[in-house]
Amino acid sequence: MSKVWRYGNHVDTDVIIPARYLNIADFKELSEHAMEDIDATFASNVKPGDIMVAGRNFGCGSSREHAPIVIQQKGIKCIIAESFARIFYRNAINIGLPVLEIGEEAKKIEATDNVEVDLHKGEIKIVNKGITIKTHPLPGFVQQIADAGGLINYIKEQKQ
Amino acid sequence: MGMTRTQKIIAKHAGKDYVEVGQLLVSQVDLTLANDITGPPAIDEFDKIGRPVFDKNKIVLVPDHFSPCKDIKSAELCKHMRDFARKHQIKNYFEVGHMGIEHALLPDKGLIAPGEIIIGADSHTCTYGALNAFSTGVGQTDLGAAMATGSTWFKVPAAIKVILTGKKPSYIQGKDIILTIIGQIGVDGALYQSLEYFGDGVSELTISDRLTICNMAIEAGGKNGIFPVDEKTIAFLKERGVTRPWTAVEADEDAQYAQTITIDLSKLVPVVAYPHLPENTHPAAEGKDIAIDQVVIGSCTNGRLEDIAQAASILKGKKVNPHVRCIIIPATQEVYQKAMHLGYIDAFIEAGAVVSTPTCGPCLGGYMGILAHGERCVSTTNRNFRGRMGHPDSEVYLASPYTAAASAVTGYITDPREVMK
Repeated sequence: MSKVWRYGNHVDTDVIIPARYLNIADFKELSEHAMEDIDATFASNVKPGDIMVAGRNFGCGSSREHAPIVIQQKGIKCIIAESFARIFYRNAINIGLPVLEIGEEAKKIEATDNVEVDLHKGEIKIVNKGITIKTHPLPGFVQQIADAGGLINYIKEQKQ
Repeated sequence: MGMTRTQKIIAKHAGKDYVEVGQLLVSQVDLTLANDITGPPAIDEFDKIGRPVFDKNKIVLVPDHFSPCKDIKSAELCKHMRDFARKHQIKNYFEVGHMGIEHALLPDKGLIAPGEIIIGADSHTCTYGALNAFSTGVGQTDLGAAMATGSTWFKVPAAIKVILTGKKPSYIQGKDIILTIIGQIGVDGALYQSLEYFGDGVSELTISDRLTICNMAIEAGGKNGIFPVDEKTIAFLKERGVTRPWTAVEADEDAQYAQTITIDLSKLVPVVAYPHLPENTHPAAEGKDIAIDQVVIGSCTNGRLEDIAQAASILKGKKVNPHVRCIIIPATQEVYQKAMHLGYIDAFIEAGAVVSTPTCGPCLGGYMGILAHGERCVSTTNRNFRGRMGHPDSEVYLASPYTAAASAVTGYITDPREVMK
């Protein structure tokens, strides 16, 4: 079961990873600053396998891939949101970080919930509430990119 | 069913006669762009693929964000990109001394033409729609892959039709127009969509206005913004030495739009986006109670010569308020030099402003104008997210060069008409 890190609408890339740290080339070091401007507890308390849940337009703003990377570095298993900003969405897929866009259903998931996510089945179970949310599969070759573990692996596989 | 401008450009680059909204496809690109933050990790991803660059003439690398380098870590990033550029003989690597803020630089260097596709590892790559191109921001992995393959994947976006009507008052700038639109539709109002501009009002806008408007499509969640080609576009391309063949792209009469918005330019007032979202717009005239500590005039949104000229028209012969630090950053070396020859820089220095070499610097809280706890800045940049320009408890107010310069004089958020009198 996964602990939920719950955030609101329009979580932007500047709060996910402030630009003042973008001169740090080491992503592990960089990830210690993940979310710090809106949630100083995140980087020190997050555990591998936790999930992040948010409202509308998650990841809006900059194209910096450092944003999904630091979340992935911190061990977040997947991000569930009502909607994602488009560059963040494709960046997450390209690095192999699962992102589930589920519209208003995301409102059912609260910070105190225990959640099980089965990416293969496309199911989100809110265990303590007995609710199961079905997600849509990723479209077309985007699923193949995700299956390959990201875009670079996908291109390498195609080359072979 | 007909296609929008964006659909047509994508269809052509994907080798198809027709593409429908929502379709996923692989498309050729005409140009790729990266900067000193996104370039180095894009290069690392590129290296993992193990192929040569797809075309050394179609890769643009610009060290502009933390450059001239602000610290050792930034210097290492720039060195990484410079080494790559030399190794692969990248034609369009712009070293300090030649560089400028990327989205001001590329159109001025003649690297953009109508109908082309440009992807850049920077969200404001959407700027080039001002010249009837399809351009959009991607991440570094996408960019690294495109540097090897010359292609990328797109989902064909739905479009919002924006009809501009009426005569634009002299004190209204492209920034007021896009901030007004974002204020109406919200920061996710154009999510995954293109903003396509039409109407008699288009001819009222300079190319500089159009670049500002397309630059901030991303601030409405948009994939791109795109204008038609007119006499001003043709004159700009000629002036910028674009001699390769290009074709203007216009939408079909029966193209479908998700929604239509009409903006009467004659009714617009100067606006300011308050913290911490660009949709939080208010008339500048209502900002008298908001005292400010800093003004920044520059960036890929408003650092072009016309923007600098507008700021100079306000500041010439006046003084920056003693409680305000006014930082002016011409976006490119060419803008800097022309501003010098035209006497703008003298006007700024005499007014008590500082003028910096081109850099993105303060816009993203990098350097050259970072805010302390509780400080407020009126800025011609594009984002006012929490912590964007410094301390998480500082505040950024987005405005046009006219409004920013007027506010520098008074020390509070000011409608430029108040100072123009």
